[in-house]
Order: sequence, then structure tokens, then C-alpha cells
Amino acid sequence: MGASMPYRLTINGAVRHVDVPSEMPLLWVLRDELGLVGTKFGCGKGLCGACTVHVDGAAKRSCQLPVGSVGHAKIQTIEHIGATAIGARLQQAWLKIDVMQCGYCQAGQIMSACALLGQVAEPSDDQINSAMAGNICRCGCYNRIRSAIRIAAGMEGEGSGRVA
Amino acid sequence: MSPERTVATLDRRTILKASLLAGGGLALDALIPLSAEAWDAVEGKTTVPAELSAFVAIAADGTVTIASKNPEIGQGVKTSLPMMVADELDCDWSQVRIAQADVDQQRYGEQSAGGSTATPKNWLPMRQTGAAARAMLIQAAALQWRVAPGEVTTAKGRIFHAASGRSVGYGEVASAAARLAPPDLKTVPLKDPAQFTIIGKPLVGIDSARIVKGEPIFGVDTRLPGMLYAVYEVAPAHGGRLVKADTAAARRAPGVRHVVPIFGNGDPDTGLADGVAIVASNWWLANQARSKLAAVWDLSAAKGHSSTVYSAQADAAIAAGAGSDLRVDGDPAAQLASAARRIAARYDYPFIAHAPMEPQNCTARYRDGRLEIWAPSQTPQRGLETLHKALGIAPQTVTLHLTRAGGGFGRRLMNDYMVQVAAIAKAIPGVPIQLVWSREDDIRRDYFRPGGWHSFQAGIGANGELIAFSDHFVTFGDGKTPARAAGFNASMPPAGLIPHLRYSQSMLPTVVTTGALRAPGSNALCFASQSFLDEVALAAGTDLPHLMLRLLAEPREIAPHDNGVPFDTARARSVIEKVVQTSGWVQKPAQSGRARGFAFYFSHRGYFAEIVEASVAGGDVTVHKVWVAGDVGSQIVNPLGAENQVRGAVIDGLAQALTGQAIEFVDGVVQQSNFDDFRLARMPMTPEIEIAWVRSDKAPTGLGEPALPPVIPALTNAIFAASGTRIRSLPVRLKSA
Repeated sequence: MGASMPYRLTINGAVRHVDVPSEMPLLWVLRDELGLVGTKFGCGKGLCGACTVHVDGAAKRSCQLPVGSVGHAKIQTIEHIGATAIGARLQQAWLKIDVMQCGYCQAGQIMSACALLGQVAEPSDDQINSAMAGNICRCGCYNRIRSAIRIAAGMEGEGSGRVA
Repeated sequence: MSPERTVATLDRRTILKASLLAGGGLALDALIPLSAEAWDAVEGKTTVPAELSAFVAIAADGTVTIASKNPEIGQGVKTSLPMMVADELDCDWSQVRIAQADVDQQRYGEQSAGGSTATPKNWLPMRQTGAAARAMLIQAAALQWRVAPGEVTTAKGRIFHAASGRSVGYGEVASAAARLAPPDLKTVPLKDPAQFTIIGKPLVGIDSARIVKGEPIFGVDTRLPGMLYAVYEVAPAHGGRLVKADTAAARRAPGVRHVVPIFGNGDPDTGLADGVAIVASNWWLANQARSKLAAVWDLSAAKGHSSTVYSAQADAAIAAGAGSDLRVDGDPAAQLASAARRIAARYDYPFIAHAPMEPQNCTARYRDGRLEIWAPSQTPQRGLETLHKALGIAPQTVTLHLTRAGGGFGRRLMNDYMVQVAAIAKAIPGVPIQLVWSREDDIRRDYFRPGGWHSFQAGIGANGELIAFSDHFVTFGDGKTPARAAGFNASMPPAGLIPHLRYSQSMLPTVVTTGALRAPGSNALCFASQSFLDEVALAAGTDLPHLMLRLLAEPREIAPHDNGVPFDTARARSVIEKVVQTSGWVQKPAQSGRARGFAFYFSHRGYFAEIVEASVAGGDVTVHKVWVAGDVGSQIVNPLGAENQVRGAVIDGLAQALTGQAIEFVDGVVQQSNFDDFRLARMPMTPEIEIAWVRSDKAPTGLGEPALPPVIPALTNAIFAASGTRIRSLPVRLKSA
């Protein structure tokens, strides 16, 4: 591992400075250096999606992203996603049907859903399944996650019953 | 809390305490012994005092604060238990604030999450406490107005006197109420369920708004000034002991501050597994330094503890005979021998891991002889006991804060992580330490759902009736007592429903730690028994729902064989009939390639019948739809949470069967490590799930577990109907067949 290096990161619209080895994954810079603990550790191998953040608007697994590779990219995390129109709609939809059980994976789920709706305004069920397949919810809230994405996309009303 | 308080001792043990809140208002504590019936609801009873406590405070501004005493692990109690208090208090839900209580046995009695017990244990005490507070507020208002309390009504946190047109908010009379004697909890009037305004309404979880914003709420989100992060390297094999550790290289690794070899008693069940703690300024740096450790382990105890060896031992145990009898009804041997038709089959299932999304973690600070802990634990009070036994830390020197847990599933019934972080914190006084397990630690050092083997026989009479049944269960244990969560259920159907039956058991020794996983026992026994009964039904020329209905026969209560709760055949019938109706049951719908399977189970006081529609193509199973009918009593407390529990249980069960879940051992070393080789359900495999509640007249019971067991045999029975392949071994592996 290399020695610590100073990095200047743009996170949630603010410039943050850290001094860490270049190999340190962004996840651990966020959680343990900057105290942004909304982004979650689940597997450390890019398998579960709990650590999903946006890098220049694209969903990335922050546990697989060495801080040295971030460069000038704009990082967005769950703490700030409500400031975007799509993020706010997703948060409202999540609460409208109370998607979550334990809630631990939901930050990653919302970040993945937000990237999806940024690319496809009205995704099909197949597109939703495909975009969300990398995010594990151990509690099994998948029916409601699907529904909440459709609600946020304006494709489904609260009482449509498709949650089942 | 103000010293000014009134105490009513209602009987030997029921105590209500009313006090004046600082700043004005009413605080009400209730320490209530559990009714015998409620205590019966607890499967796997413990010696914890059978008491509950609620705490409700009404501030002068009308804000109602209700303590949430139990751990919240995603099962929804932080919302549903306060709903019970708030409804009887007759306040508006928007007035309610919920405060997570610290661990305090004196004040709250038992604080735990497990066994789907929170609803049955709390249903009456929580409501009585809310009703008592309401009665005191009414009395205070009536005194102030000089009217009879009977003339006064309440709604949405206000008290009304219709005759004079007066009204007052709860907060305005709360201080006066605090000076009154609390009423008798046993006679305080409770609402007719038709009058409920909060119970039964779909309410959003109390923490949900914080969760969607990523606010710090979970154990692993705990942040303290000067905190360091730890990993705990344990022996690669279960049962391994630390001989020595060369820590010099790890100490020099970037960010590392401390490396601490810890010699425990080698038994994580009662104490502390040996290990080496690496403590760094950043968790990733601590974890990276593990590769620099040179530790010598004694792995001799684990030799031969391999999955292939366990299988061979199980084969030998089955070949050797029926083992020790657990239950013999009638004359099963003779009846099996003389039956018109006899069928036999063997079933087995593997060890599996809990794998909650939040890896095991705990935070602790040892300072001036006192330990402060932040723990996502399902049984924090047992954690205190284990700390005492393992480290000699007296419970009264510990402050234990409960955090929200990112999933439990039974894993956090164990407190091994709490003991580990306490040992590390004690070695580094004054510094807050957060121990976080890697996913690999979490998978490999689980208390696994133990594997098991079943050798079944059934005798079918000339008229197609099931007359005799036997199951020889091979499990893990020391020969006298099964390992944790490795026991049998001698009340399992068809016991009690047919005259001739034998259940027996053999045990294999293991060094592997085992434990309760969501619907412990039932999650495996239901697969084996309801799959074999599907074979019996088809052999008898019927199908499983109709065989079960015939066996259940007329409505009656069947006493449990040993500790447990009675089995009500009428409730069982009603959920079976319901799911047959909602699904329009036929084993093979007209649509080509699809078929359905059915299963029923009774566990944790809940009655569940489920039907899975699936298709099989090229060795791949697709689940199209699942129908669920459940009876958990007269009232669903929070429909939003309740349906989530059922959907989650269904998806959990489907994943256990379909994603290849199996934990395997070679000389005590777990061969799986992460979500690539121990897979969980993902969105694309999630079917539509239709839930129907059957409302019986019984008190409400819990939902964390009982919806899980039937879905697995419903699936495997559907696979048989679709493909002709009988799944007698989990996980489902069609491609290699």
C-alpha cells in the first residue's frame, strides 16, 4: 500500500480534503474519514450495492472505487440526493408505501433507482429489474422497491395495488 | 424525573408509577407481569423475568413520548408497539414521538427481539398502559371542570365535555394528572376494536423518514470523538484456538494503532473466541493489515468436521436404525408393516447463514471502570450476562444503548461481537472502539441454521387414508441435547392427527456454532415433512391441501406434545380453505408448463397456508406467483408492516431454496465467504405475492417468522408438479440432476 496522499474531492457540492492511501475505497473515505455514514458497507466486493453512490451521475459501488481514481468527478451520496428532483421524488415514494423493513440497504437502492430514472424516465419492469439486480435487500422488500420506482416515475398511483 | 410521584401497587407485582415531568406533564411507568397466556406465546422459554414495562410521557404542549424498549431489527416493533399505547391513549399519531430506550431490566423488564413474541406479549400491557394514562387525564379534566368523569369523552388528544361545550388538550391537564393515583390496570376500560383509530391503520415506520435520507441510525453508524476501528481475526476453522501471534508487521501497517492478541475461553457461546484485534484510524486500514498478521492456530479440534463426513455419518445413523424415540403414538411399526401401501423417502437440508445486510458490529468505550456500549443486538440483556461471565464485567458498570439493527433473522440473538469489542475496549482504555466484521467474517463465523436429515415412512390404508407415519431425524448434538436450534418438534403434523406415529432422533457431534434462524426448526422441518406429505397425498390419490383438510378433520385443539402451544385445527382449516379459494387451487393450471404446490405450517402461533406457482425450463425454476393465507389472530396491528413481514418471509424462503444457499465445511473451515458463493434473493426473481388475512377471534400474535416455513415446500411441491422431479434435498439443484 502506498503512503497517504492528499486528495481534494467534490462531494455533495462541497470540496472535501482527505489524506489517505490512493487504494482506499471511496466507501471508507466517506464513512471513516468524512463521517458520511449514510453510504453503507455490505460486502466489500461490489456484490450487494449497499455502498452505491453517484459519480458524475452514474451509479457506482464505492467499495470498489479507489479514492485515487476519483479525480475531479462529482460525488453524490444519499445524504444529498433529496436535493435533486428525482431523488426527492424517490424518497417521497419510498415513504408513501413504506418500502423498508430493516432499512440498511435502502440508501443503495435509492441511489441505484435514482441513476435509473436519470437515464430512463419511465422504465419497464425489465429495465427496473435489470438496473436494480445489483442491489440486495436481505429483508425482501423488492415488490415495494419496484412499486416505489414506478410511483416516483409517475407510472403508478399509491392505490393501484401493484405493490402485491 | 421529578421526585414527586404517586405509586399504585395494584397487586404483588403490577406497579404503575405516575410522575410529574420536568417542565410539566405526566409520565407513566408500568411494570406489568405477563399473563400466563402471553408467556405461553414464548417458544423456547428463557429465565428472563416475565415482566413488561411501558413508558409514556405527555408533555405540557401535548407531545406524547412513548419509549420503544425492544430492539428494532426491521420487524417493525418500534412503530407497532407504540401504536398500541397511542390508540388506547386516544391521541393523534402526529402527536407521538418515539424514543429508543436504553437497556434497563429494572425499568423495562425483558428487552429482546426473537420468536415473534413482541405482539402477543405486549398486546394487552401496552394497551392497558395507554388506557391508564387516558383515564388519569380524564379524571384530571373532570376534577377541573367539577363534572363526573363519565360525562367526559376524548378524541385525538383532547378531552371534551359535550354538555358544557368545554374541551382541553391532554398537555394542559397532564401536570394535574401526574398528581392523581393511577387506576387499576386490570379494570381500566379498553376500547372496543371497532373504535381503534391507530391500530389497524397502515402507518409508515417511525424511522423510515430518516432512513431514506441516510441519517445515522444503525449500529455501524455510531461515531464518537477519537473513535478507532477494529477487526477481529479469529481461527480459520470453527473450534480453533490461538497459540501465538507475531504482531510486529501488522503494527507497522498504515493507520494501525494497536494490535491485541486476545485469549478467550475458546467458546463463543458462553464467552469469547480467541482472536487478534487490529485497531486502526480507518476500518479499511485495519482490515488491510490482517494480511500482515502471523498467527499460529491450533485447529486440531476441527479435524474431520467436514460436510462430506457429516453426510456419511448421517447415512450410517439412518442405516443403524431409528435412534432414540421422541414420541410414539399407537403402534407405528405394526401399522406400517401391515399398511396396504407403504412409502418411504429421505430428505435433507444444509447449514445456512443469516447474512443480515449490516455486518456484525458493536461500539464500546471503557473508561474509569465503566463500559459504555452501542449495540445492534436482539438480546442485549443476555449480552450483559455474557460480558459478566466472559470478562468479569459487572452488569451495573455497563451502560448499554440499543441501536437499530440492519436485519436480525436470529443472528443477533448471539452477542459474540459485543464480548469481542468489550475485550478490545478494555485493553485500550479511554478510546472508543468500533468493531466491524467483514462480510467474510460474518458468513464464516455465523451461528448457522444446522443441517439435518430425515428418514420418513408412511402407511396408507386401503381407502387412501394415512394411518401411520414415522420420521427418524438425524441432527447435531452431544448425544443428550441437540445443538442450539437443532431440535425437533414432536408436535409437527401429522402428529396428533393420525393414530400411529413415531418420531425419533440421532445426533452427530459438531464443533460448528449453530443458532436460531428465522422460524428456527420450522424453516427446515416444514420443508421435509410437507414435501413428504405431498408424496403421501399423491400416492393416496389426492393432493396436499385436501389430505391436510381430511387429517385436520373436525375443529378441535390438540395439546402440544411438550412445551409449546395448542394447535387449533379450525384455524388451520380456515387458512387452507382461504388460500385454496384465493388462488383458485388446481395443481396444474391450464397454462402450459406452470404448476402449483401447496404447503401449510403452524409456527410461532401463526397459521399459514401458501401456494406457489412455478415453471421449470432447462433446469431453471421461475416462480410466477405466491398466494399466502395467514391467521395471526383478530387484529393486524400495522398492515403496512405486516404485509412487508410476509413478503420478506416468502422471498427469504424462495432464496433459501433457489439461490443455492449452503454452508459447507472442510475440517471446520467454512467454504463460503460472501454474496458470490452464498447468494441471496435479488429483484428479478421476486414474484407477485398475494396475501389474505384470516381474522380469528384470538389475540394477535407475531409475524416475523411464521410466514416463512410453508413457502419452501410449496415451491418444491410445485417443482414436482411441473417437472416430475421430487426435491428431497435443499438447495434445489435441477441442472446437475
